[in-house]
Amino acid sequence: MNGPTEMPIATNGDVVLVRQKVRGLAAEIGLSLVDQTKIVTAASELARNALVHAGGGRVHIEVLHGARRPGLRLVFSDEGPGIPDLEQALTEGWSTGGGLGLGLSGSRRLVDEFDLVSAPGEGTRVTVTKWAR
Amino acid sequence: MTVPDEAAKRRIVDLFLSEEERLLRRWTQLSGASPDELRDLYQALRTALVDGAGDFADVRGLLAELSRARVRQGHTPSDTARMVFSLKEALYEAAEADGGPEALRGFVWFSQLVDDLGLYTFETYTAAREKIILDQAEQLLELSTPVVKLWEGIVAVPLVGTLDSARTQVVMEKLLQTLVETGSEHAVIDITGVPAVDTQVAQHLLKTVVAARLMGAECVISGIRPQIAHTIVTLGIEFGDIVTKASLADALSYALRRSGVEITGAERARIAVRAERP
Repeated sequence: MNGPTEMPIATNGDVVLVRQKVRGLAAEIGLSLVDQTKIVTAASELARNALVHAGGGRVHIEVLHGARRPGLRLVFSDEGPGIPDLEQALTEGWSTGGGLGLGLSGSRRLVDEFDLVSAPGEGTRVTVTKWAR
Repeated sequence: MTVPDEAAKRRIVDLFLSEEERLLRRWTQLSGASPDELRDLYQALRTALVDGAGDFADVRGLLAELSRARVRQGHTPSDTARMVFSLKEALYEAAEADGGPEALRGFVWFSQLVDDLGLYTFETYTAAREKIILDQAEQLLELSTPVVKLWEGIVAVPLVGTLDSARTQVVMEKLLQTLVETGSEHAVIDITGVPAVDTQVAQHLLKTVVAARLMGAECVISGIRPQIAHTIVTLGIEFGDIVTKASLADALSYALRRSGVEITGAERARIAVRAERP
């Protein structure tokens, strides 16, 4: 099957490409239509976050082969300003980019595993995983 | 032993001039291109080397034309670049036959020149392609956002593909304009063709609906598929009091009802058929 892929996120067009790649892989490992849409939407949110807040970044996409079921892991990383208050960033409706403020908190609910590492001046890394049911 | 640059250049240019017929023949052989094309190019190069004192504008112009013509004939850009590069091989044979250090040193200089020209054909090709892509992207922006009239007073916008800021702007402008022009009071925004609704798309949709409302029109969002509904709920997006429907048909019948049109199904005639058993 596919090995890990690394994709840049530098423009709006890249966000679309990431989305298409994630959709393709999600379908390939047999995620249901609902789960496909969820991981694609999460990827879209996180890629756009990297673009809007850090001016760009990259995503590492990997297909996991778990004990009983396959999964899809996405690692979004950027070298942006970082997030000073993680709790506040994950609060619903909190936005610094003029959006709805649901991107980060909503993405957490869309996936099975969610990990956010960030500190001011050190960039941000978000790891999300979705397992096939 | 060092060879002065000028002497080396002069020697190779001399070779280039005196061996014209042989070089051209060999170049044609190596590249497989038509002799006429190469002769034109050769002559432009000669003019640039002898009279132009390093002014290659004409050569570049010719190369750009050649590159475009060859693409139309189905050659790849690598083919065209290789055709230019093969001049080096032809000239190298002449330099080798000459054997002098000036000729070989001059060949290095000349080969850099040819490399630049070969790469230029590639650049021309890429630039032409990029322009086509840009034009198409603009056309797509226009094409993919039609506003259609469904009924007297009801317009619809079937959205297909990715909804980014630029497209939303176009959609919103077109929708508002059409509302004015047709005097419609109902608008249906159909998102059946939108693959994923994330917070940005949702925000764009909400803004469009609010803008239409400000103009006195009521908006219905239709084409919400099960997986999209699921995702919207999980994301936590609230559509508030905006009317949403699963299909365009539902949205149309809703809008018709709201504008006072009554729909009655024609009474079905029943015909009973009795088949006789053998």
